[in-house]
Amino acid sequence: MNTSWWASRKFWLMWAGYAGAVTLWYASVKWLPIDAFNRIPDPWTVILEWLSPNPAFGVSIFTPKYYIHIFYSVYRATAAFLLAVLLGVPLGILMGWNRTFDAYASALIGLLRPVPPLAWVPLAILMFPGIEIAVIYVTFLVAFFATTMNTYVGVKSIDPDYFRAAASLGSRPRDVLRHVIIPGALPSIFTGLQIAMGAAWFSLAAGEMIAAQYGLGFLIFEAYNLIQFPTIVIGMATLGIAGFLSSAGIRVVGNRLMRWREQSHELKG
Amino acid sequence: MTVQLNLLSSETCDEPQSSIAPRPMDGRLSIESVGKIYDPEGAQVVALHDCSIDIEPGDFLAIVGPSGCGKSTLMNIIAGFDNVTEGRVLLDGQLLASPTAPPRPGSDRVVVFQNGALFPWKTVLENVMYGPLVQRRMTHAEAEERAVDLLSRCGGLDKVAASYPTQLSSGMQRRVEIVRALINEPKILLLDEPFRAMDTVSKAVMHQHLLQMYRTCRKTIVFITHDLEEAIYLADKVIVMTSRPGTIKSTITVSLPRPRTPQMALGKEYLALKAQAIASVHEEAKKAFERGEREHA
Repeated sequence: MNTSWWASRKFWLMWAGYAGAVTLWYASVKWLPIDAFNRIPDPWTVILEWLSPNPAFGVSIFTPKYYIHIFYSVYRATAAFLLAVLLGVPLGILMGWNRTFDAYASALIGLLRPVPPLAWVPLAILMFPGIEIAVIYVTFLVAFFATTMNTYVGVKSIDPDYFRAAASLGSRPRDVLRHVIIPGALPSIFTGLQIAMGAAWFSLAAGEMIAAQYGLGFLIFEAYNLIQFPTIVIGMATLGIAGFLSSAGIRVVGNRLMRWREQSHELKG
Repeated sequence: MTVQLNLLSSETCDEPQSSIAPRPMDGRLSIESVGKIYDPEGAQVVALHDCSIDIEPGDFLAIVGPSGCGKSTLMNIIAGFDNVTEGRVLLDGQLLASPTAPPRPGSDRVVVFQNGALFPWKTVLENVMYGPLVQRRMTHAEAEERAVDLLSRCGGLDKVAASYPTQLSSGMQRRVEIVRALINEPKILLLDEPFRAMDTVSKAVMHQHLLQMYRTCRKTIVFITHDLEEAIYLADKVIVMTSRPGTIKSTITVSLPRPRTPQMALGKEYLALKAQAIASVHEEAKKAFERGEREHA
């Protein structure tokens, strides 16, 4: 459909943005007369370390250690995210659908949601056997609230006429669920999933810094303690890429499931 | 039921002269001194007071009135979206609404909504097939065949069967919505200001489409509108409602012959009816206006 993507303005502007940021980074590290900034590795050092077969601080794309950290983080984020979807979407639908349940659950969620994920870390470690589940739990929490709330809002924002039309056409409750509530809330659910994925990554990194032996968050914090500054940036960049790819994945799935929205922007016939 | 089914399949909306459907047997609607009081925290808003309407099977009834006169409330009651606080509504002798009966919508009186309520996430075909499938009246193959058939009869809508509603013009969307209602073989078709948001030209085209559908797939129709001329042009009987509380002010019997043509709108008979209706509405509008003036003074 769009064969000349490389010729599009948007594509070049994107790279111009990246290049600008890297230049700014280089300039502020190399040329700014501020001591604190001079300690930070410049982009070139980081890239050399990242791509080096023999990295000075032991982590690059050629070392198995790097992939073990990535594997642990991806595994935790995925587990937390799937759990959040599995529990959050049905809960959100139930809250949006049933007034009694809404009154009961909304108050509870309203109280629990503002608690920052990091504040859960000590309790999570005490509650669960093993660090692993505790980290996944903390990651899960934010993703869960984002999924639940967006699903709830999605159900609530469905035009009441669709419910009436469905009733008028002879639907049973399960038809309403399948043909009105789920597709009607889907755009909002997918917005929630993207937020949830992002939130999962940031609370995951924080959780790993405090309580884990592997993972990108752990890698960053360990590198800081061991004064391996380029490794910090490698860990951060990897987190960025992982977060970006997972969000893009959700977007692709969402667009597949919601073809009707894409097409609505085309010319009217 | 089977009689209607045959009618639907043997008539076409495209060739009006070849097939004029006879008056159906079902679809007699009796609204008997219906009242409706909304009571949000004891405010006691009287939306409808002592409304009685009788509609013969196959009649085209239009309900006209200023906004807030309770015509939508009346339609919600017939559709089974809302209950009554007084009186009762019968369809072919069967109780649809009474103060003790919980509201119950059903596919024997399908609604076409003011803002359109085709499911945007379903294609035109899936929308039309929806009713028979969830009611388990047809298999998937039967429903598809019937849907394509009906769509093609109603001005070649089968060409857009695979499109999503948002890809269509609002006129086409409304026609698809009427087809989605008709496939259920309802006893009554409830049209809630379906052409409200349209420009004059599209509206005139839609009137022809609707009249053709009415001629070939005849049903009892309740058509809500605030447009007097539209009501007279389309209906057999026009009910003028007043506001606060919503009551029936007058009933105008439209004796214009069918098929109705746009030229009729220039004829003496039509103009006389219009004058009569305007007089009755004007009085009401003036009262409502004055009341508004007083309230805001």
